[in-house]
Amino acid sequence: MIVLLGVLVVVVGFATKRNALLVVGVAGIVTGLLGGLSPREVLAAFGSGFASSRAVTIFAITLPVIGLLERYGLQEQARRLIARFAKLTTGRFLALYLGMRQIGAAVGLTHVFGHAQTVRPLAVPMAEGAAERKHGRLTEKSREKIRSFSASADNVGLFFGEDVFLAVGSILLITSFVNTTYNTHLEPLHLALWAIPTALCALAVHGWRLLRLDRHLERELVAANIEPVAVEGAAK
Amino acid sequence: MIKAEWFYWLVGLSFLVMASQMLTDRSNPKRFGTTAFWGLLGAGFIYSSWVVEKKAPAEPLGAAVLVMIVLAGFGFTGRGTPRTTTPEQREASALKLGNKLFVPALAIPVVALLCAVVVKKLSIGGEPILQEGSETILGLGIGAVVALVVGMIMLREKRIAVPVQAGRSMLEAMGWAMLLPQLLATLGTIFQLSGVGTQVGKVTTSILPKDSLYVAVIVYCVGMALFTVIMGNAFAAFPVMTAAVGWPVLIEHFHGSAPAVLAIGMLAGFCGTLVTPMAANFNIVPAALLELKDQYGPIKAQLPTAGILLGCNIVVMALFAF
Repeated sequence: MIVLLGVLVVVVGFATKRNALLVVGVAGIVTGLLGGLSPREVLAAFGSGFASSRAVTIFAITLPVIGLLERYGLQEQARRLIARFAKLTTGRFLALYLGMRQIGAAVGLTHVFGHAQTVRPLAVPMAEGAAERKHGRLTEKSREKIRSFSASADNVGLFFGEDVFLAVGSILLITSFVNTTYNTHLEPLHLALWAIPTALCALAVHGWRLLRLDRHLERELVAANIEPVAVEGAAK
Repeated sequence: MIKAEWFYWLVGLSFLVMASQMLTDRSNPKRFGTTAFWGLLGAGFIYSSWVVEKKAPAEPLGAAVLVMIVLAGFGFTGRGTPRTTTPEQREASALKLGNKLFVPALAIPVVALLCAVVVKKLSIGGEPILQEGSETILGLGIGAVVALVVGMIMLREKRIAVPVQAGRSMLEAMGWAMLLPQLLATLGTIFQLSGVGTQVGKVTTSILPKDSLYVAVIVYCVGMALFTVIMGNAFAAFPVMTAAVGWPVLIEHFHGSAPAVLAIGMLAGFCGTLVTPMAANFNIVPAALLELKDQYGPIKAQLPTAGILLGCNIVVMALFAF
């Protein structure tokens, strides 16, 4: 039972916001020693663990080409592509963003969209703009809601799209962990195929909730229509 | 035969080249620490080949990993000013090139898929072209190289230094976080060696009724989600829950299909990621970035979706994995 203290180290470490690498390092050493490994065996465990999980980091091989394309405007082009859909309602626009994020992640373009690159500079202004076009000025509450849902569209799209791409970290983590631990042989492609049903569920469930956002906003803004006040200059 | 190790060497070599660029980058205030970190990572990638084949001891590599942890954990790494194009230049270039820009990017998954499905079956003189069991990784590597060639021809870019510099900037921007998934996998291995999974397994099997497949599926999926909420990362939860329930109970005892059980189990973990403040970069950072009053706004927006999707994962696994 005492080896479970290693899990506790991770929990406390992450909860107190320590540097994640340090948390992992300390938890590994503590768990190894409590589990009866000698210091030398702990070192060897770190070494062989690193060696057998290299597949998780191999996506770095795609960085030069993605970096090259970004120099030539890949992100700007992604933005122009979404901007064509500027005339939609808030909910429909965000549902579309969810779909594009998911497709992007599913073909390995996990860095083309993102909170800093697209949600803040693009998705939020467009989602808020759509609501303003329909209802006039927004209440602070509805503005918060639109922004929260914009962030959620990016997260859900990324999480449940990327596993369809067979070279993503989590798929490679599964194969490298299981193949080394249980001496078996799993193909990333088969795992990726099994990510498709959940990806479709995610699109349906969250897409539906984003579409319903229009009705929520309608109700909220019509009720608050007596003296709606917007936060000046908040739409960046 | 093309071997997976060759691509690990290529990745290690590019880390080493980038590390040498970092050494001469005076715009980076912490260039020595940064160089040491990425240099060790690159060297470790190459050295690992012999560790995997058990021809070299694993201890030196373990020590190098701990040095990397110390370098990054105590703030000895930094980033330089990237040499890149101006926003105006990028805007103009995007306008000129249009959707053609997506072609090289899409070449990566297309080639990876072709390798995993078609090239996998080809062989020359009785020997398969791609090393057996590593087709996907090889596909990714070949896809990246093909995409780079296509991109450079399309953009009429002659200097290989340009993409390497661009890749280095992205590497520095991601920083040590890029190594985190690999270290979490390593932690999972250590947990496994030390018997954490067996312990969690004992605890769960003591409350788990025997021979009830559906309860076991629910325990695995909900356990993945809960453990992810606690640890903030599905990668850390996966080895523990899989060693406890996923492998021994669902796959060995109930003969579940391993790819289905494991892939869906990981996705159940992602439902936990959606609702935990511990996954700061997805949930708390965006709240700050979007200037939200309520820092739990994104989590609240994601909570119902996460709940429903956890249910979906349980149903999909129960229906199709056995």
